[in-house]
Amino acid sequence: MKISRIMELLDADVLMGDEQLDLDIRTACGSDLMSDVLAFVKDHTVLLTGLTNPHVVRTAEMLDVGCVVFARGKRPTQDMLDMARDKGIVMLATKHTLYVTCGILYKHGLPGTEDEAIASEKTGG
Amino acid sequence: MSHEALHESYVVQAHNFASAGEVSASIKRLLRHIGIDFGVIRRVSIAAYEVELNLVIHSRGGRIDLEIIPPIEIGGETGWLHLTSTDVGPGIRDVDLAMQEGWSTATDDVRDLGFGAGMGLPNMRRNADSFEITSEYGVGTTIKMGFKIQ
Repeated sequence: MKISRIMELLDADVLMGDEQLDLDIRTACGSDLMSDVLAFVKDHTVLLTGLTNPHVVRTAEMLDVGCVVFARGKRPTQDMLDMARDKGIVMLATKHTLYVTCGILYKHGLPGTEDEAIASEKTGG
Repeated sequence: MSHEALHESYVVQAHNFASAGEVSASIKRLLRHIGIDFGVIRRVSIAAYEVELNLVIHSRGGRIDLEIIPPIEIGGETGWLHLTSTDVGPGIRDVDLAMQEGWSTATDDVRDLGFGAGMGLPNMRRNADSFEITSEYGVGTTIKMGFKIQ
């Protein structure tokens, strides 16, 4: 699913990276706990969170997360936006709660990182 | 791909959340620059970030050493990338307990930042090809992680 589609489904604003909306996303992870994000996130993942501190961007950088969506109307700080620009990370903001944000994307076919891990185990990948 | 032998050392300050993650970001940039496999970089980056956060959150300060031993140096097709974290205390009372997912001594302030869920050490072990932790309470902790490189 392209980031532009995620933006449309979540009625989200683009806060950073509007030139990268064609990037393809394969899985999603919704959490305010970066410890869990570090343990579960795979490649080509969109991170959905309500947490707004610079460690969200740092975590995204470490995991090569291409897009972060801030839920429930949260807005990242300017420092975070500057970091995201440097790292090439797209940042979106939606008014939906984290639960609804996850639900909308799941309903439209974007699987969780857990689903992919299970599928990979089943195929021996 | 062949690599040059390399050894870098990075200082990590205790309780400095503003700079937490900068060492891991430097390591990631360096590995990309020298052309290490993408999948290995990803696992090393996660482990480096986890161990750096542990030093910031729990230790009195320490350092992370990165060492690359290319295949040619050990006469095989596989070389090793070693990440070693050494700190100056306070050490872990019960290492077996600390290795359990969900167990943590992190404060509420740390949890508010999104960390301290007790996933760090298990996540390091999951990402590394070899993992060893030694700790003496009142003295300090050493974590050695190895990653195979081609």
